[in-house]
Amino acid sequence: MKFKTMSVIAAVAMALPTFSMADPDDDKLVINGEIEVATKVAPAAHLDGALSEVMSGWHFRNDDTQAMEMDDFDNPGMLGAENGMAIWEAAEGSEGKSCADCHGDPAESMKGVRASYPKFDEKAGTLMTVQMKMNECRTERMGAEAWKYDAGKAIDVEAMIASHSRGMPVNVAIDGPAAPFWEKGKEIYYTRYGQLELSCASCHEENYGNMIRADHLSQGQINGFPTYRLKNAKLNGVHSRFKGCIRDTRAHTFSPGSDEFIALELYVASRGMGLGIEGPSVRN
Amino acid sequence: MASGVKPRVKAPKSASAGETVTIKTLISHKMESGLRKDKDGNLIPRSIINRFTCEFNGKSVIDVEMQPSISTNPYFEFEATIPEAGDMKLTWYDDDGSVYEDSKSIAVG
Repeated sequence: MKFKTMSVIAAVAMALPTFSMADPDDDKLVINGEIEVATKVAPAAHLDGALSEVMSGWHFRNDDTQAMEMDDFDNPGMLGAENGMAIWEAAEGSEGKSCADCHGDPAESMKGVRASYPKFDEKAGTLMTVQMKMNECRTERMGAEAWKYDAGKAIDVEAMIASHSRGMPVNVAIDGPAAPFWEKGKEIYYTRYGQLELSCASCHEENYGNMIRADHLSQGQINGFPTYRLKNAKLNGVHSRFKGCIRDTRAHTFSPGSDEFIALELYVASRGMGLGIEGPSVRN
Repeated sequence: MASGVKPRVKAPKSASAGETVTIKTLISHKMESGLRKDKDGNLIPRSIINRFTCEFNGKSVIDVEMQPSISTNPYFEFEATIPEAGDMKLTWYDDDGSVYEDSKSIAVG
């Protein structure tokens, strides 16, 4: 009897037309009714046809989650940005200086910063992320201690800095001195890690729009970072997200702030060239 | 003692008499449930906002009793009918006895 019921259910399930519930939608992202954000753009030439259209992860979320990002009052990530602003104005370290003492109003001085990083730094002779630049200021000019990568205060200030670039297109330099870092990032992107032998591309290039267990797979674009995630109710840095992904392949991961993740950040940012900055965004 | 608590309210500056408006409120608060343990195994004491009220010209709009397991930074969105111009007073009550207040004036016209 039980067996019969099961067969009927199976037959009904098989008769249903197959459709994907995880496809991206066609909504338009406008924050606070004024900042228009490009969330679907044509792929950059260096992608070599790997993606037919470049899409922000915002399109893969449901309407409620999408709406949270469209109003600063509803966006819990803005609480972090607000705290970041308080940190920006507070003097710290042996020099008694605050970020604001040199950089003034971040709405002016930090405009566009998030869109162009990671960037090759001539003086340091290496590729630097926004958080690395913040720590450089802290240790060299403020006489303060460097923040731990992707930890509370660092992520709040990064969210505040990102918020002043919202709507501006991702535009990272991948040629010249940045080229070797970009190549290294690309290699990591296509390397299969862990017991599950998954590369970034296995999910985010070959299977975006499909379900991964109960969730939608996006293209893994990073234009929305730092990201407020509903699952852990806090702002998450891009390196922490990379770490989470690699951990899920059951691999031993790199650390946030490591050379590998800095290179990967540049490469993944370059895959989203032209997408509008959303940070702090809201995701699952 | 909860730290970093800050109430925020979004309400329209004006409304027509009898209009129903949407009020959004959020208070940053860690909302410690009292059920979690720290890394040494000791219970972290409960520290939540246990009551939230909204009054318009002294008349109650909503009065909410809150329990543990409401997540961090509690957010309330509700509708209120504005009969005349006046002040909307919002109050949050903390477990530690602290009371946080905010108010918004709404004009009619």
